[in-house]
Amino acid sequence: MTADMSVTFAGVRFRNPIVAASGTFGFGREYGELYDISALGGVCVKGLTARARLGNPTPRIAETPMGMLNSVGLQNPGVDAFIANELPDLRRLGVVVIANISGNTASEYGEMAEKLSVARVDMVEVNVSCPNVKRGGMMFGTSPDGVAEVTREVKRRSGVPVMVKLSPNVTDIAEIARAAEDAGADALSLINTIVGMRIDVNTRRPVLRMNTGGLSGPAILPVAVRMVWQVARAVQTPVMGMGGVSRWEDAAEMMLAGASLVGVGTANFSDPHAMTEIIAGLEKYANERGVGRVGELTGGVMEY
Amino acid sequence: MERRDCVITENRELADGVFSVSFEAGEAALSARPGMFVHIKCGDSRILRRPISIADARGGEMTVVFEVKGDGTRWLSRRARGGSLDVLGPLGNGFGRMGGRVLAVGGGMGAPPLLFAARTADARVTAVLGFRDGGRIILEDEFRACCDEVYVTTDDGSAGERGTVEAPLGALLARGGYDLIISCGPRPMLTAVARLAASFRVPCRVSLEERMGCGVGACLVCACETARGGAQQMSRVCRDGPVFDAGEVAW
Repeated sequence: MTADMSVTFAGVRFRNPIVAASGTFGFGREYGELYDISALGGVCVKGLTARARLGNPTPRIAETPMGMLNSVGLQNPGVDAFIANELPDLRRLGVVVIANISGNTASEYGEMAEKLSVARVDMVEVNVSCPNVKRGGMMFGTSPDGVAEVTREVKRRSGVPVMVKLSPNVTDIAEIARAAEDAGADALSLINTIVGMRIDVNTRRPVLRMNTGGLSGPAILPVAVRMVWQVARAVQTPVMGMGGVSRWEDAAEMMLAGASLVGVGTANFSDPHAMTEIIAGLEKYANERGVGRVGELTGGVMEY
Repeated sequence: MERRDCVITENRELADGVFSVSFEAGEAALSARPGMFVHIKCGDSRILRRPISIADARGGEMTVVFEVKGDGTRWLSRRARGGSLDVLGPLGNGFGRMGGRVLAVGGGMGAPPLLFAARTADARVTAVLGFRDGGRIILEDEFRACCDEVYVTTDDGSAGERGTVEAPLGALLARGGYDLIISCGPRPMLTAVARLAASFRVPCRVSLEERMGCGVGACLVCACETARGGAQQMSRVCRDGPVFDAGEVAW
């Protein structure tokens, strides 16, 4: 039996549930030189802002046990340059395009969502969880009111489905998830990175120039699975689960916890072919287990 | 660029903690140009690959020379001949076309990519190589085999000329006749080389180093401030470099 790997998520059809996570895949050009990225379920593009940003000073990265910290600080060419210079080529590659957006104010988020809808991206992902910028970002994502305010404004002005990306740096992520759902979010994605820090004991300096950064990689997988499970139980809205997924088993685990789509980020750095290998492994698993549609895995965990 | 598993053909310690590892790289070796680098996976438990400049490529074989700096490079230094390495590359832009008379200026672990350039350039090359002390000198014989002249300096004077590369570089530039400077090494040395190159009006290309993530230009971790076409921007060392025109780097 051959499993149907496609997933319809917030009204958008994905070839399979594996999606490149924002910030790890640029605008698809680079990995597109290594393999045909139309094989992917979708691509969440590098976080966009209303105007171009140069990002944070270096070093922006530090390795950690089974993970890494980053503090890029949303370096990007701005939403207009993305629409003019990047989106047409990305569209031609034939993959679902999810535009990740960050604003300083709710209206800035709304304005970007409107521009991107007109430019016909498939979906917007509202980043209220970037830990590496002073204003905006996580400032909105750590309070139910902040999330609701941004979500309402984006929903009001977006012509495409709206996915809200949640921060794990909160006490009760289910509460934040409900606030986004109540404000009209069509989908949720989680988790963004966990705030962390490393210090060089010889120089007594933080390894990152910004002192702290976002932790990603296999080290955070169990935290992500737990949060996806908590959120999926708390809301009706479909969930894209991510955080530390590097093998097909991790993707299956994320789906069993309640995710309909699975984001893959840091694993691309270790193995540029990680995503296509995950898709193949997941398909084999579904076939061997007699799973007719891969979506049947979603929420399939048998909890105690 | 491609990812491939490569069989190690040689692992040699050139100086205390400095290793030269060669491996079969097939097509990747053929497309390698001086100044480009490879991104090597250093064991399953390390998430990030290690970017290392290519010290040589010939006959389907590639060589990297690196210093043990931490767990990843220690792991790499312990790979034996016959073992396998997961290599992504070749990546980045190299030194480009070189002709006429070229000055290759290297500091410490910046010397290896210059050797690849000196050996393959259709040019007469003068090498100026600086090291901390005599015990850390690497690849001197190899440079002598392919360069017109080789000048070696050490910070402590334990071998070669005492001091940094600046003194011999300044003297050579004053003598004149050079068409291009290529350089790789610590940032303060590169800054000095770029300044000298500008004052003598000799074109200069420098290979920069920065902590990297993906290595292919997608993650924007290895940023470097540049001014291309007059506008300030953040370039990617892995993709837009690692070799840049000295004049466009914001020193």
